[in-house]
Amino acid sequence: MAYNVKEVVATKPAVFESGHRMCAGCGAPPVARMVMRALKEGDHAVVANATGCMEVSTCIYPYTSWSSSYIHSAFECAAATCSGVEAAYKAMLRQGKLPQDEHFKFIAFGGDGGTYDIGLQSLSAAMERGHDMTYVCYDNGAYMNTGIQRSSATPHFADTTTSPAGEVIPGKMQIRKDLTEIMEAHHLPYVAQTAGYMNFKDLYEKAEKAIYTEGPTFLNVLAPCPRGWGYPTDMLTQINKLAVETCYWPLYEIENGKYKITYKPAKKLPVEEFLRPQRRFKHLFKPGNEWMLETFQKEVDKRWEELLKLEEMTNKE
Amino acid sequence: MSIRERLSGNEASAIAMKQINPDVVAAFPITPSTEIPQYFSTFVSNGKVDTEFIAVESEHSAMSACIGAEAAGARAMTATSSNGLAFMWEMIYIASSCRLPIVMPLVNRTLSGPLNIHNDHSDAMGIRDAGWIMLFSENNQEAYDNLIMAHRIAEHKDVCLPLAVCQDGFITSHSIENIELIEDDKAKEFIGKYHPEHYLLNAKEPIAVGPMDLQAYHFEHKYQQANAMRNAKKVILEVAKDFEKLTGRKYGLFEEYKLEDAEIAIVCMNSTAGTTKDVVDSLREKGIKAGLLKLRVFRPFPAEEIAKALQNVKAVAVLDKADSLNACGGPLFTDVTSGMYVNNLNVPTVNYIYGLGGRDTTAKDILGVYNDLQEIVKTGNIDNPYRYFGLKRGEK
Repeated sequence: MAYNVKEVVATKPAVFESGHRMCAGCGAPPVARMVMRALKEGDHAVVANATGCMEVSTCIYPYTSWSSSYIHSAFECAAATCSGVEAAYKAMLRQGKLPQDEHFKFIAFGGDGGTYDIGLQSLSAAMERGHDMTYVCYDNGAYMNTGIQRSSATPHFADTTTSPAGEVIPGKMQIRKDLTEIMEAHHLPYVAQTAGYMNFKDLYEKAEKAIYTEGPTFLNVLAPCPRGWGYPTDMLTQINKLAVETCYWPLYEIENGKYKITYKPAKKLPVEEFLRPQRRFKHLFKPGNEWMLETFQKEVDKRWEELLKLEEMTNKE
Repeated sequence: MSIRERLSGNEASAIAMKQINPDVVAAFPITPSTEIPQYFSTFVSNGKVDTEFIAVESEHSAMSACIGAEAAGARAMTATSSNGLAFMWEMIYIASSCRLPIVMPLVNRTLSGPLNIHNDHSDAMGIRDAGWIMLFSENNQEAYDNLIMAHRIAEHKDVCLPLAVCQDGFITSHSIENIELIEDDKAKEFIGKYHPEHYLLNAKEPIAVGPMDLQAYHFEHKYQQANAMRNAKKVILEVAKDFEKLTGRKYGLFEEYKLEDAEIAIVCMNSTAGTTKDVVDSLREKGIKAGLLKLRVFRPFPAEEIAKALQNVKAVAVLDKADSLNACGGPLFTDVTSGMYVNNLNVPTVNYIYGLGGRDTTAKDILGVYNDLQEIVKTGNIDNPYRYFGLKRGEK
C-alpha cells in the first residue's frame, strides 16, 4: 500500500507519546515517533535508549513518554543493553517462559555522541553478534545534551563549545566520520541513512524495513538541533530538506550489500544553502573564509560521487 | 546422595552455573575467571543448558547486557576479575540501582597497576559501596555453595539486589580439591524458578527501567536500596538454613573457628582462612588460645555480629588483601573497627596488609601475626596499627 502520512499518523500508535520535554524545533522526536509507528499492529517493542537529550527529556521519574517497555542504562551501551534484552527474549521464548503469540521488536536509540563516539564499541559488537535488533542513531552532530560539544559526527568547521570558531582556529578542523559506511562494513542485512523529509516517507519505510529485516539493522537519521545548529525552531523541516537537496545528507539504503540511493535531487543545490541558515557556520560566510565553503563543498561532492559509484558497482549483474 | 568430585574453583563455579541454568550469560575473557565462561560455553554448545550465551566485546558490555537481560525478566549472569570488574564499574552501580538480581562469580585478582594477574582483593574492594551483596569463599566448595544459594538471596522480594561470589584467583580458582556437589534435580529444586514482579517483556504491563531520577525521588530510591541491603542479612541466614537442611553444610554471616574461648583472633576472608585454621590448630596444640573469624558476608557488613563475636578476645588482627592507600588502614580493617566502635567494643585491633599481587601467604606469616597479638596482649602496646606482612626484608 502506498505511503500516506495522514493515514500513518491517524492509524499507527505513536508509542513515543506527547508530553515529552524535548525542545521545540528538535529533529529527534519526530524521528522516534515515525520509527515507532513503523511497528506492525499487535507487535510489542522494547526501546533501549542511550543517555542523551532523548533519554533525559522523555523518561523523568515518575513520568515516561514511552508507551512501550523502555530501558536506559548508561551513555555508551544502549546497543549492549538492547542485545541483552533480545537474548533474554530468545532464551525465554525457547523455554516457553513467554507467550508464543506475542512478538517483540528491539529498538535502540542513541544520539551521535552515544553512537559515533562513546558507544561505537558497544554498537559494533552488538551488530557483529547478530542480535535481531534495530539501532537508530539520531544524529544532531554534537553532544547537545551537555551543551553542544563537538563529536566525531560534527561537520567540518562547525562552531561548537569545544571546537569554537576562534581567531586562530575556525571551528572544528576535522571532517565528519561516516558512520553509515562503518556500519555497512559489518555486512549487516540492512543499513540505511535517512531524514525527516518528504512527509517522513523515506524515514518510515526504512524504519519498517529495518525493524522487519531479521538480524541486526542500522538507521542513521539526521536530527537537526535548533540550539546547537542555530536555526529558528520553525525551520526544522526546511533544514532537513536542505541537508538532503544539497547531498550533505544523502538518503540511501544498503540491503545485503546493494546500495540504493532512495532520493536523488533533480538539481543538487550548493551546500551553502544548507550551511547559511545555521549559526554554527556563520563564520564560513565572512569575507576571506571562502576557502572553507569550497573545502566543505568539495567533501560533499566527493562523498556523493563515491555513493553514486557504490550504487552503480553493487547493482551490476 | 551428593556427588563427590575433584574440581577447581572455576570448574565448581561453572557447574553451579549449569545447575542454575540462567537464561542469559554475557561474559568476556579475563584471567583468572576466563575458565568459567569457557566451561559454560561448552555446556551451551552441547545443549546442557537453555542459556543464550553472549560473547561480548568487553566487561562493560557484559554487565550492560546482563542489565538488559535481567530487566527483560531473565536470569542473567556473568563472571569476571580485576580490570574486568573495574571496566564494569559504571554498570555495577546501575545494576544495583535498577534492583536487578544479577549473580556474578568474581575471581579475585589484583587491580592494575602495576599489571599483575595474581590474587588479592583490590578488585572486589572497588565495588564495596556499589550496592552488591558480596559473599567470600574459602575454597571451591564454598564458591559452589555460595553460587547455589545466590539467586535465592538476590531475588528475594525484600532484597532484589545483585550478588557477587568471590574466591581467590589461582589459589582456589585453579586448584583442584575435593568437593561435594548437589544432584542436579535437587540443586534445581533448591534454586527454584525466577518470577520477577515487573519485567520489560511483559506485554500486558510495559515498564520503564532506568529513568532519569532527579531531586524529587533519587534520595528515596537510594534509601530503598540501603534498606534492601539491610534486609539481605536475614534472607542470607534463612537461605543458609535451608541449604544446611539439603546438604548438612552450615553457613552464617561468618565462620567462627575456635573463636569461642579465643584470646587472640584474626579476621580475614577467602583462602587465607584455610591457612589460618592450620595455624590456629598448631597454636591450640601448644595451649595458645588462638581463633579465627572468617568473614563470608562482606556486604551487607555484619558489624554488630562481628563485634559480638569478638567481645571476649584480648587482641584482634584484621588481614586486608587490599590496601586503601589512605594512610589509615585497609578496607576490612576500617569496617571491622568502626563496627566494634559503634557496638561499644574496645579491643586492641591491628591491621595487616598482605598478599598483594599474589605474594604468597604462608603459615609462618600467619604465625607471626598471632605472635604479634600475644605481644600486644602482654604489653598493651600498639605502636602502629597499620602494618604489613610478607614484604621483602628491608622494604617495609
